[in-house]
This record gives sequence, structure tokens and C-alpha cells, in this order.
Amino acid sequence: MASIAIIDYGMGNLRSVAKALEHVAPRTRVLVTQNRQDILHADRVVFPGQGSIRDCMRELIRWDLVDVVREAALSKPFLGLCLGPQALLTFSEENGGIDGLDVLPGRVVWFGELRDPVDGERLKVPHMGWNQVHQLRDHPLWRGISQDSRFYFVHSYYLQPADATLAAGRTWYGFDFASAIARDNIFAVQFHPEKKCSGRTAAARQFHRLEPVTHFPT
Amino acid sequence: MALAKRIIPCLDVDRGRVVKGVKFVEIRDAGDPVEIARRYDTEGADEITFLDITASSDDRETMVHVVEQVASEVFIPLTVGGGIRVLDDVRRMLNAGADKVSINTAAIARPEFVREAAERFGNQCIVVAIDAKAVHQSSEPPRWEIFTHGGRRPTGIDAVEWARRMNAYGAGEILLTSMDRDGTKRGFDLELTHAISEAVSIPVIASGGVGTLDHLADGILLGKADAVLAASIFHFAEYTIEQAKHHMRARGIEVRL
Repeated sequence: MASIAIIDYGMGNLRSVAKALEHVAPRTRVLVTQNRQDILHADRVVFPGQGSIRDCMRELIRWDLVDVVREAALSKPFLGLCLGPQALLTFSEENGGIDGLDVLPGRVVWFGELRDPVDGERLKVPHMGWNQVHQLRDHPLWRGISQDSRFYFVHSYYLQPADATLAAGRTWYGFDFASAIARDNIFAVQFHPEKKCSGRTAAARQFHRLEPVTHFPT
Repeated sequence: MALAKRIIPCLDVDRGRVVKGVKFVEIRDAGDPVEIARRYDTEGADEITFLDITASSDDRETMVHVVEQVASEVFIPLTVGGGIRVLDDVRRMLNAGADKVSINTAAIARPEFVREAAERFGNQCIVVAIDAKAVHQSSEPPRWEIFTHGGRRPTGIDAVEWARRMNAYGAGEILLTSMDRDGTKRGFDLELTHAISEAVSIPVIASGGVGTLDHLADGILLGKADAVLAASIFHFAEYTIEQAKHHMRARGIEVRL
């Protein structure tokens, strides 16, 4: 039986992520786990996360999962959610500056004091609620999801990949930021695809269908 | 392309059943929380808030089961308030499937609790609920104070100052209720909403007094709220969430439809 490992390193409740995957992948074993072997042997890996990047990195070290996450990210279909993609980048400004896993080159940057350049309205941080994701290129995980679908966001820091071509989706909040990044077998999103929207189940279903190979089929 | 303003139906829950008090005195039974949450999800609610008004702490465990049931069937963000006093209460609700908890009285008793909860669980899941009442005379500049115990007990704390402080302590959002308007159907206290929204950098949910769809739109356009919360107009099917969103869109507000 194929398996999906959701990495549980104590950063947030993973029930809704597991429920969403079980819903679209009834014949797949969905494991919520911090066990190294489970993660290394899974066909697909989900790397979620909530809270601060400092706690996230500290817990990955405490659970001895740093190398496992890196290896999974480089070898099998790998879905990063919310804080997950932030941890994959080189460096985050949060908590006074924290080194990430550096699987993908880039920085994580604070939204700061924001105003809408069009009407001058103040934009609140965290960026919280349903915003649109504009798909920048074809990707298997976008299949079945309409262009500019709304997803649920809640974050105060945004992804700034060093290489603009890493962005697979962008979202506007006073300016355009990368709300989804992808390379090879990695697909990582700032939003919460497990929350309901027109594309929620579609995203999970596409992930479930991906073959466990090094690269995503294109 | 922009962030949608949110509509959040609020369910008051007493020992596992949804109720809604008018001015917190008259209580009417409007049913099963799971059924109602599912209906709001279908209608397009952007989030759902549960307020546990159960008096006895012995019955509090009931709320954990309600949250578990709702979270396993409804996939929009879920906030739970009422009786959140210590870090373990936060943890239990998040583990049951809540996305956020709302803290009110416990923050007033010990403001550091908000800082600790935000540091432990992340500020995205900590909502500070503020119940405010106007305390100025008509000839004076506007001023609002925090009240507890359903609006009966003054605290002497200035609402705008308090909102700023909670923002600084790591709250991710403010749920602002006008105790003057709650249950009146006369609309939000727009002056209060505007004052708080301008004072903080985090999102503000306006609450208390919604009677018409224009009230919802006014909360966003005039009160500068980021989200609007209402109960009775939705519970008794006076309007659907979808109608509310169409109305807001017609008034130029970005919504998720």
C-alpha cells in the first residue's frame, strides 16, 4: 500500500491535513509521524508547520529530522505547507534571523508596514484570510485547480526565492509575492490547501496521484 | 486580485447546543453546532467562531467534543472562545481541531498570558476578544472601556490602549464587540471599530449589532474592519451568507464567492 508521511515535529495540529489527504486518498496509508524510517520509506512526504521559524528549526534538530527532511525533499514527491516552505529556504528574517534548511535558495522576509498602493488603505499583518493564487506555470499540482483560485493564508513573513523561476504561484498583498514555489519533486505553498476552497481537494488529489519518482512528471 | 474581507458567523454554545442571547439575557435554542457549521460552510462562510458560554467548568469538556466533530466535517478555519484561561486550554482546543482560540477575561486578569500563548503556539492562532462600551458623555471626545461579565463589570481599561497592548504582546487578531450594540440590530459601533482598527497593525473583526446587510458592509467600509462577525441574522435565516456576500460585493468590497 502506498504511503504518505506527514512530518509531525510538534509544530501545529496536523489533523486537518491528515483528514484532507485521507479524504482524497482512501487507499493510501496516511502517517502522521516523527519516525525517521517512516519518513524515509514513505512514497510521498508532507512537510507542514505552524508557529515561528526558530521553534520549527529547533524542533527539527531535537527530533533529529534535519537530514531526513533534506533527503526526502531531494528524492520523492514532497509537499511543503505554510511554514514548511519557509524552512526550506536559506534564511529567514524572523526571530532576529534564522538559518533554514537551504534546500531551495532564497530568503523569508517580513511584510512590515504595508499600504495598498492603489487606495492607500493599511494592509494588516498577518496576511490572514482567503486570497487568490495566480498560477505562473504548468505544474501537475495545479491540475484541476482554476486559475486565480482562493486559498486560506495566515502569515506575517513571505517567501522571496533567489531565483524568480522557482515561483509557481503568486499572490498580491500590496505587492506580488511567491505564494507557491516548486522545483523538481518539491512543491511548497504558503497557503493552507487543506482548508476548503474550490481547489482544496483537487490539490490533495493531484499530490496523491503523483508517482514516487525523483522528478514530477511534466 | 486581493485579499477577501471575511464574513464569520458566530455560534454561542452552551453545553453542546447552539444558543444566541439578545443582550446576553434572553437565550434561544438554534440547534446542533455540527449541523449549523456545515450549513454555514455550504453557504460560503469564510470562518466559523464558537463561543463557549457554558457556565460550569464540569461541562467544558463537551466543547472539546463539539470542536472535534466540527473540525472533522467542516474544513474552513474554526475559532473557539470562552473559558480559555491557561496554556493547556489553548493546546486542548488546537488539538481538537480549532485553528485559533480567542482569549478575553484571562487576558485582562493576566496580560502576559497572551504573550505566552502567542510564543508557544504562534500569534496566528491567538485572537484577543475585546468587549467595549462607550463611557464618554455626548459633549466629550469618544472613549471606550473594556467590560467583562457580559458587559456588566467595568475594568477601567481604555479599549484603544488595550488593543495596542495586545497587538504588542503578540495577538494575531482582535475580535471587537460593542457591548452597547450587541443584540440591538442597530449596526456596529463604527466609531469604535474605526478607532481600534487604526490603532493596531493586526486584523480586526467587528462584532455586535448587525441587523441588516448594509451593517456588514459599513463595518468594512466605514469601520475599516478586516472581517465581520454576526450571529442572529444568519441563525434565523433572515439572510444567507451568500446573500450577504453579494450585497458586500455590490458595495465594492472584495469577497470570496
